[in-house]
Amino acid sequence: MSRILVIAEHDGRQLNAATAKCLRCAQAIGGEITLAVLGNGLSAIAEDGARLNGVTQVLTFDSPANAHPLAAVFAPQLAAVAAEFSHVLAPSTTFGKDLLPRLAALLDVPAISDIMAVESASRFQRPIYAGNAILTVEAGELRPICATVRIASFDAVEKAGTVAAIQPAAVAMPAVGHTRFVAVSSPASDRPDLQTARRVVSGGRALGSAEKFQLIYQLADALGAAVGASRAAVDAGYAPNDLQVGQTGKIIAPELYVALGISGAIQHLTGIKDARTIVAINKDPDAPIFEIADFGLVADLFEAVPTLIAALADRARART
Amino acid sequence: MKRILVAVKRVVDYNIRIRVKPDNTGVITEGVKQSINPFDEIALEEALRLREKGLAEEVVVVSIGPADVQSQLRTALAMGADRAVLVNASSAIEPLDAAKIFLKLAEREQPFLFMLGKQAIDDDNNQTGQMLAGLWNRPQATFASKVEIIGDMARVTREVDAGLESLEVDLPAVVTVDLRLNEPRYVKLPDIIKAKKKPLETLELAALGITLRPRLQALHYAPPSVRTRGVMVKDAGELVAALAARGLV
Ligand SMILES: Cc1cc2nc3c(=O)[nH]c(=O)nc-3n(C[C@H](O)[C@H](O)[C@H](O)COP(=O)(O)OP(=O)(O)OC[C@H]3O[C@@H](n4cnc5c(N)ncnc54)[C@H](O)[C@@H]3O)c2cc1C
Ligand SMILES: Nc1ncnc2c1ncn2[C@@H]1O[C@H](COP(=O)(O)O)[C@@H](O)[C@H]1O
Repeated sequence: MSRILVIAEHDGRQLNAATAKCLRCAQAIGGEITLAVLGNGLSAIAEDGARLNGVTQVLTFDSPANAHPLAAVFAPQLAAVAAEFSHVLAPSTTFGKDLLPRLAALLDVPAISDIMAVESASRFQRPIYAGNAILTVEAGELRPICATVRIASFDAVEKAGTVAAIQPAAVAMPAVGHTRFVAVSSPASDRPDLQTARRVVSGGRALGSAEKFQLIYQLADALGAAVGASRAAVDAGYAPNDLQVGQTGKIIAPELYVALGISGAIQHLTGIKDARTIVAINKDPDAPIFEIADFGLVADLFEAVPTLIAALADRARART
Repeated sequence: MKRILVAVKRVVDYNIRIRVKPDNTGVITEGVKQSINPFDEIALEEALRLREKGLAEEVVVVSIGPADVQSQLRTALAMGADRAVLVNASSAIEPLDAAKIFLKLAEREQPFLFMLGKQAIDDDNNQTGQMLAGLWNRPQATFASKVEIIGDMARVTREVDAGLESLEVDLPAVVTVDLRLNEPRYVKLPDIIKAKKKPLETLELAALGITLRPRLQALHYAPPSVRTRGVMVKDAGELVAALAARGLV
């Protein structure tokens, strides 16, 4: 039977949704699941983890040295316990992508990036070439199988009725002085998180300035949506980098994705392929985005979007 | 000598629309334009800027691949790299093997900085730099959007999901770069001619004491499921009605 170690991701206060999605992938592999939580003063986070469906054990690595997610600090601690497991999974977020390959190298095993489907305990599908091809890889007898999980491909597990045992890992803290955390700056936002939002409104180069990009926020407010952006919009400084959607930004799978003034370059489409419904507004009828949109509107967004916001407001009023 | 190594991979150009072979054994690469991986071009640009600021003395580009890769290495030399090292192997080796090769080169060349792209846009693995740093037992600063060298350490701003993170790492260190770090320069014709005279060394795996050990089997390549083109609506009102019909508003 498989014994799967899932590396939890959290922000120091709570687990993020990526962890619960990674657990769903672990369930698809099947077996006993241990959730590894690394951090400083993490008992509340560990308790949350113990209540997630599928988790049989929570292994904690609680230390002041683990206050920030430094791969060079985390990897040796995980390597010390990894031999007991058949699989080691981490979410394919910047946290997991940074950490998992370093861990695999310490274990002298290859790593599999971005599992999108599980065919068996050793056979997985993953996207390559910006999602333009799907590769099936077989890991055979390799142990442990180290992989990151493409979180847009899995639904989060629910809360369980039971609580798993929490146990501190018995590992020595590595003395890693060569890498020091300085700071993290997250643009303050009270909007839904882009990566897990059910609705997302994104703007592209067409917006033309950070001021005009506010129109995207207005539509997002009308829909209760998170805001995203194309790389062109981020590069031009209309939107912060953490809003970028696509191959090198966030891969998302919302119920509704609205692309405004975005042409639909393959690198952008890679990030939204799993969205349930895609809406595009673009003034160019030949824009590639229309090839994948469920609903397309050829229009100048500066005219169409205010009308759309008004129509949504009318509808909301009519319903109350 | 204060040296920077930059890994440069030859990949299918990012503008090419990739197609899977009808027999599902790979993707069609015959006759398809190949270029330097875009992230690696950015890594190289950054290394050149550091040298131009006097923070490095030599920039060496390194690649693993067949003889064809020489043309991308010549481009890298034309951009301004001082010399190139090509390790003769398939470029489609597993990142762990690539990292082991790069470790040998790091031991040989003793760079203070080893720069790589954050990912190769063909395999999209995003692993090699992290693996190299692990094997080398040195710091890693991945997804860099800003690199400052301050004495014997580097301060690196990283693009993470939450926003921007900054790290301080002692040198030597591994840095993998993200798209916003810089805008790579264009190659000028005279530089292409000059680059022909720059040293390009080819090494065999055996000379480095490396035996490849592929352990993952690529079983099958398939095209992704395609989304079908939906319907065009004529105005915002029709759009709201369509969304309402799907229960989305
Ligand atoms: C290695 C690599 C990785 C990349 N990763 C990403 C990524 O992760 N995410 C990403 O988004 N891009 C990525 N890119 C960039 C990508 O190739 C495109 O350049 C980018 O997505 C274009 O952004 P855009 O659609 O906003 O701009 P454009 O392509 O310039 O499109 C603007 C669109 O707006 C329309 N328009 C203009 N004015 C109006 C108006 N008034 N009303 C309505 N429509 C209007 C135009 O018709 C056009 O279709 C990457 C590129 C590379 C090389
Ligand atoms: N065969 C190779 N030759 C040169 N550089 C490589 C090779 N494979 C990987 N790299 C480097 O490692 C980075 C990450 O690659 P990957 O882990 O395959 O996504 C690339 O951007 C390159 O800088």
